[in-house]
Amino acid sequence: MSEPQVSLRGVTRIFADTGLGAEVHALGPVDLDLAKGEFFAVVGPSGCGKSTLLELIAGLSAATQGTITFEGKPVAGEVPDGVGVVFQEDACFPWLSVEDNIAFGLRRAGLAADESRRRVGHALKLMGLVDFARAYPAQLSGGMRQRVCIARTLVTEPRLILLDEPFGALDQQTRLLMGDELLRLWRDTGATILLITHALDEAAMLADRIGVMSARPGRILDIVETRWPRERDSRIVADPSFGEITGRLWKSLRQESLKTLGKAAPAP
Amino acid sequence: MKRATAYRLGFIAAAVTALEVLCRAGVIKPLTMPAPSVILGDLVVILGSGKMNGAMAKTLANVAIAIVLSVSAGVVAGAAIHRWRALRDGLEPLFATYYAIPVYAFYPLFIVLFGLGDVPQILIGFMLAVVAVIVNTLNGLDRVPRVLAKTARIYRMGPAEAAFKVTLPYAAPYIFTGVKLAVAYAFIGVVGAEFIMSRTGLGYEINFAFNNFDNAVMYPLILLILAIATALNMSLHAWEIRLLRRRERG
Repeated sequence: MSEPQVSLRGVTRIFADTGLGAEVHALGPVDLDLAKGEFFAVVGPSGCGKSTLLELIAGLSAATQGTITFEGKPVAGEVPDGVGVVFQEDACFPWLSVEDNIAFGLRRAGLAADESRRRVGHALKLMGLVDFARAYPAQLSGGMRQRVCIARTLVTEPRLILLDEPFGALDQQTRLLMGDELLRLWRDTGATILLITHALDEAAMLADRIGVMSARPGRILDIVETRWPRERDSRIVADPSFGEITGRLWKSLRQESLKTLGKAAPAP
Repeated sequence: MKRATAYRLGFIAAAVTALEVLCRAGVIKPLTMPAPSVILGDLVVILGSGKMNGAMAKTLANVAIAIVLSVSAGVVAGAAIHRWRALRDGLEPLFATYYAIPVYAFYPLFIVLFGLGDVPQILIGFMLAVVAVIVNTLNGLDRVPRVLAKTARIYRMGPAEAAFKVTLPYAAPYIFTGVKLAVAYAFIGVVGAEFIMSRTGLGYEINFAFNNFDNAVMYPLILLILAIATALNMSLHAWEIRLLRRRERG
């Protein structure tokens, strides 16, 4: 493997005592390499530190121990250039129209007006939002608002896209279709994608590799390779190996999920 | 017209008609109060003569200065206090009790300090208005979702840029509530101060007419102040509705 785009070595995150009487060891140690252009998903029981992992890679918070690098440069509590993040929560700016939301990052970057218009127009088309360019987020459904957020991230042409359960608030059918759109974007842009999800089928359908995390403090227990072709869509859920992958994910996760429920893990 | 609007207008019309009847019938003596139709006629004469233009301009200018100062200082102070937790914990109880203080008690002091010019009046208007802006700015900033604050960091914004481009715009409807209050308080502050002690302004002119039993000036000016305050409030309300319409579910 050539030089990884993102590299984590011995990364831990310990939250200081927040009044509960003890510090919280949320994550790690984690070692992880992401190759340029790969689609990597992370699954794990709730509260295992998945989102903490994403925030560390995004530079939104700093690791307690260990090092994180993006394109060879250390990430330390500051968001590196070339990283885009889509969150689970609705992060649209309610005072801006859809097209102004999407253009938000471009205006800041001081991009030429016609190039900015071209990129926004392209993103609107890609995300099926052309008819809603002048609408305000409040007039859109949850799925459409999430597409606005994805479009807003895409137009800045990030080389690494971090997705924190972006479809968590959507219904199952919409999620499958959004998954298709995400795969198409991934192929078109050539960006590296790190997807955090609690949905095993979503991870199995979208990713090249899936990291399975343990209960808190979250560590990477297993990495499952899906070996899907690059050209793929949601129809692979009917592929026999899809069941095998989700089965293997669940086998690793079941004991960890029981741990987070406070139950003793039965002998394997 | 909505039923509520019809009731409201009907109530006002009934009250004015009742006053008119009582005045015309002599139940209310002309020395106490002229009939509403007479007051309106006097107001038209006064406005036509232009002799109150200077007083109106002075009052409106001072109110405008008090509004601009209190809104800008209030938003900046609110944003700063919101960032600094310890400061906020210290100040918040003071804000809660602030409006229990009769600010006019300081007016003689202001006149001693700043003389009998515009400054003491503007200061009274500012003091009444600014805390409403601060409190509502804090309230609005409290409601900014964490994810928007994180989004600002993804765009690599510093604290000031994040405030002006993300958190304050999000909080705008709440801040607007503060601005509406600030407009009302600034008006009350300036006109009230003019009443007590000043050399010009609508409050001064009303007080002057009162001391000279000049009902033909006093009542029209009261009506004028009412009309200005109502018009100001209604246009702010219309603006607010327009701003909010796009942010609420269409």
